[in-house]
Amino acid sequence: MANPRDYASDQEVRWCPGCGDYSVLKQFHTVLAHLELPRHKTVVVSGIGCSSRLPYYVNTFGVHSIHGRATAFVTGLVLARPDLDVWIVTGDGDALSIGGNHLIHLLRRNVKAPILLFNNEIYGLTKGQVSPTSPEGQVSKSSPDGALGSPFMPPALALGAGASFVARAMDRDPEHLRLMMIRAHEHSGSAFLEIYQNCNVFNDGAFHLFTEKESRAHHSVYLTHGQPLLFGIENSMGIRLDGFTPRTVNLSDGYSHDDLWIHDEKDPIKAHLLARMHQEIRPFGVLYAENRPSFQSLAQNLSSDKKAESIEQLLQGSRTWIQSE
Amino acid sequence: MQSEVTVLFAGDSGDGIQLIGNAFAQKSAEAGHSVSTFSDFPAEIRAPQGTVPGVSGFKLQFGGESVYTAGDKADVLVVMNAAAYKKYAGHLKPDGILIANESGFDGRNLALAGYDNGAEPLAEARASQRVISVDIKKNVQAALLELPLGTAEKNRTKNMYVLGLLAWMYQRPAQDFEKYIQEKLAKSKNVLEANQMAFRAGYGLAETMELAAFKTEVSRATPAPGVYRTLVGNQAVALALMVAAKKANRPLFFAGYPITPASDILHELARHRNSDCLTFQAEDEIAAAVAALGAAFGGSLAATASSGPGISLKSEALGFAVTLELPLVVINVQRGGPSTGLPTKTEQSDLMQALYGRHGEAQMPVLAARSATDAFETVFLAAKIALEAMTPVMVLSDGYISNSAEAWLIPSEDELPSIAPPMVDGTPADGNPFEPFVRDAFGVRPWACPGQEGLEHRIGGLEKEKNTGNISYDPANHEEMVMARAAKVQAATRFYSPTQTDSGNNSGDLLVVGWGGTYGSIKAVVEKLQGKHYSIEHVHLRHIHPLPEDFGNILRGFKRVVVAELNHGQLVNLIRSTYLIDAHRLTKIQGQPFEEAELKSALKTHLQAIQHG
Repeated sequence: MANPRDYASDQEVRWCPGCGDYSVLKQFHTVLAHLELPRHKTVVVSGIGCSSRLPYYVNTFGVHSIHGRATAFVTGLVLARPDLDVWIVTGDGDALSIGGNHLIHLLRRNVKAPILLFNNEIYGLTKGQVSPTSPEGQVSKSSPDGALGSPFMPPALALGAGASFVARAMDRDPEHLRLMMIRAHEHSGSAFLEIYQNCNVFNDGAFHLFTEKESRAHHSVYLTHGQPLLFGIENSMGIRLDGFTPRTVNLSDGYSHDDLWIHDEKDPIKAHLLARMHQEIRPFGVLYAENRPSFQSLAQNLSSDKKAESIEQLLQGSRTWIQSE
Repeated sequence: MQSEVTVLFAGDSGDGIQLIGNAFAQKSAEAGHSVSTFSDFPAEIRAPQGTVPGVSGFKLQFGGESVYTAGDKADVLVVMNAAAYKKYAGHLKPDGILIANESGFDGRNLALAGYDNGAEPLAEARASQRVISVDIKKNVQAALLELPLGTAEKNRTKNMYVLGLLAWMYQRPAQDFEKYIQEKLAKSKNVLEANQMAFRAGYGLAETMELAAFKTEVSRATPAPGVYRTLVGNQAVALALMVAAKKANRPLFFAGYPITPASDILHELARHRNSDCLTFQAEDEIAAAVAALGAAFGGSLAATASSGPGISLKSEALGFAVTLELPLVVINVQRGGPSTGLPTKTEQSDLMQALYGRHGEAQMPVLAARSATDAFETVFLAAKIALEAMTPVMVLSDGYISNSAEAWLIPSEDELPSIAPPMVDGTPADGNPFEPFVRDAFGVRPWACPGQEGLEHRIGGLEKEKNTGNISYDPANHEEMVMARAAKVQAATRFYSPTQTDSGNNSGDLLVVGWGGTYGSIKAVVEKLQGKHYSIEHVHLRHIHPLPEDFGNILRGFKRVVVAELNHGQLVNLIRSTYLIDAHRLTKIQGQPFEEAELKSALKTHLQAIQHG
C-alpha cells in the first residue's frame, strides 16, 4: 500500500472544526493509497458546497465545478477520456436539488464513477437552509415554521433512476466507509454511495441515532451479501420479511437465522425495500449491485467500429463537382 | 438573358418539395450558376394535409456573380396545392410565372386552405400573371399507367414532374437529372423507374406544350476553377469543428440538446461519429455545456450548439469556462425571441446576450458567420482562437444561415491555417509543482491534461491565485486575474485578417455596417446603389468582440454610418458607445430577412439626407 499522505495536497484544509468531512477526506486518502491509484490518472470532481471543497485537498487532478454539475462534467470527461479514474464528490443539495437532473441521467446511463454523496440534511456553506433530504418539519433559517413536503430517500431515488450500485456508509465508522469506497471503486458503472455526514454547526446530530456508539447497534443494520439482516447488541435482533413488509424480531423469541431476510445485493426488488427503510432502523452497506456495461464502454464500442475520416475525406463529403477553367 | 432567377417551390409537407429544390439547386450549381437556397419548414411537424400550416417551401436563386442570397420575390412560384398558393402568392413578382398543380385546387383543397366557397384563386392569378396550370396528378397517373404501383405511390412522383418542367424551362439536359434521381432513389427499382418516368413526362410536356415563351436563359457565374460541393449552414459548422479538431490534433467532443434550428449540427456530427469525433446528446442545455467543458479538461476540442433560450441556460457554464480558461466553441443559431418566440424564423437578437449575457467580468471572443460557406471559415477560426488562446468562444449563426445552402470551393488541407494549442510537454523541473496559470506573451495559460504525470493540478470556479491556480481571496489578485483574462481576449485580434469593405472604399458618403446572415441582402442592394453612382459602401463584421483594431478608421471615413440588423438595434449601440459616432439604426424584427426594396428605400433616404446635409 502507498502512503496516504502522498495523496494529500499542500493546501490547508478549511472545514469547521469537528465537521464530518474530515473523516471522509481521511478515509478517501487512505483508500486511494490502498488502491495505489496513479495520481496523474485520477481525477476528483465536485460541485459546490462544503463537501465539494474536497478536490483541493487531494493531490491528483481535480475540478471544483459549478453547483450541481459535477455529474455532467464527469460525463463529458469520461466519454472523452475513458482511460481515467474519475471520482465524484457531492452533497445533498448539490446532487439532489440543483443537480438532480444530471444525477438521474448519470445513473440511468451508468457512467462509471463512484459518487460520494455527503448527506448532512442541510445547506451548510450557505449557513443553514433546509435541503431536499431534511426531514419534514425541520426548522431552519429558511423554514422557521418547519420544512414542508417529504424528503428524498437518496438510495430510493438512485434505484428509481436505474442505478446499478447503491450503498450507504457513515462518517463515524471509518473502516466500513473505506470498505464501501473500495466497493464503489470496483463497480463497473455508476456507484452511488450515500455517506451520512454530521454538520456539527448547522444540523448537529442529524444522524446520531445511527452513528453514535450508544445507539448505533439498535438502529443500524449492516448488510452483508448472503447473510441475514441482524442488528442490536451482539446481533440479538433481526429483520424478517412478512410478504413485502420488513418486521423486526427478537432472536430470543425463538427465531433462527433461517427465519430472517437473507441479504441478496443482486435482488432489485428487495433493494427497493431496503432503500425505503427510512425510519428508526436503517440499512448500511451495499443495498444493490448489478453488473451492466458502463456508458463510456458502450460509447467506446460504438466509436471503435467506425474508421476515422481524414481531413481530405471530410472536406470532400459525398458529392463534388469540378469547375474547369 | 436574365442575370438571376428566383424560384420558390411550395407544397404540402409530404409533396417532396425539399427533394426537388435540392436537386434543382445542385444541378444549377453544377451548370456553373451561383446558387443560394433557403428551406422554409413549417413549425409544426405534421400539420393537417392541405392546410396552410402544413406547407413546406424551398427557395433558390441562381444566376451570375450577383447571387448573394436565396432571393426575395420569386420569378417563378411553383405551388402543389391551394394552401401553398395562399401562403406564398404574395412572394411572386407582379410579372412572375406561376406554375400550379390544378388537382391541388379542387373544392376540397380550396376548403382546406381556407378559401371561401366559390373562390377561384387561379382564375384571379391568370388575370394579372402568367400562369402555367397543369393537372399533374392526372398526368403522372397517365404516364405511369403501366407500372405495377398503387395510385398513392404514383401520386408521390408529382414533384418529379415539376422538376422535369423546370429543367426544360432552364434548358438543362434531362440526363443530368435522371442520373441524380438514380443516385437518390436507387433503393427500389419500381420507385426509381416511376420517378424517372414522371420527370420525363414533365420535361416532355414542357417541350410539346407551347411553353417556349417561358424558356429562359440565365447568366452563369465564372466561378474559380476547382472542386466544389454544396454546404448547408449547419453542416458547415459541423464540418469546421471536425476539420479544426484534426488540424489541432485533438479529438472532437460535441455535446448538444435538441433545439430548433441548431439540432442539425448534432445530427451531422453524429453521422460522422468515430473515435476522433464524439457526440453526446445531453439531458439538458446546461449538461451539454458542462459535459463539453469536462471533455475540454480531458484534452478535447469541445463544442456545444444551441439557440437563444438554450444559450441562456448555458450561461452559468460559460462563466465557468471563462475562469477555467479552457477552450470551448459555443454556437448560437439565433431564432426569433425572446423565449420560444419564432423557433423556425431568423433573427439577430442575441448579440447583446453573446457579449454580456454572463455573470461577473466574463469576456469571450464573439464571431458571426455571414453565410453557409462562411460558417465554415468562421467556426474554424473560432476553434483556432479557442484552442490557441485557451478561452470559450461564441459563434453567432442564425436560422437563415442554418438552412441555406451554397456551392463551396473545397480548400485543400494545406490552405487551412494550422492550429497549435499550448499543450504542456514534459514535467516541471526539480519536482516543483506544476503551475497551471502561468501566462505566455499573449496571456495564454498552458493546457495540461489528466494522464500527464507530474502535472497534477486542481482548478475550479473560485478565483485563482495567479500562476499557481490555488484558491485566492486576495483583492488585488482578483483584479489582476480579471484584467489578465480580459487582456487575453483582447489579444485575440492577432488572429484577424484586415477588415475590408466590399468594394475597397474606405471613405465616402454612406457606410452600411452589417453582421451575420444579412450579408447577401445588404451586399446586393449596396451594389445596385453603387451602380446608380451613389457613394455608398458596405462592411460586414465577422468579429463582434473584440472589435477589429482597424474598424474605427473605416467608420470615421464616411459621412454617415448606418447599421442594418434584424433586431431592435444591438450592434448599432455597441458601435455608438465604442466609437462615439452617431451611427443610425436600420432594423427589422419580423423573423424574415431584409427585402431588397425595403433596404433600398431606407438607404436612399439616408443618401438623400447626406446630399441635403
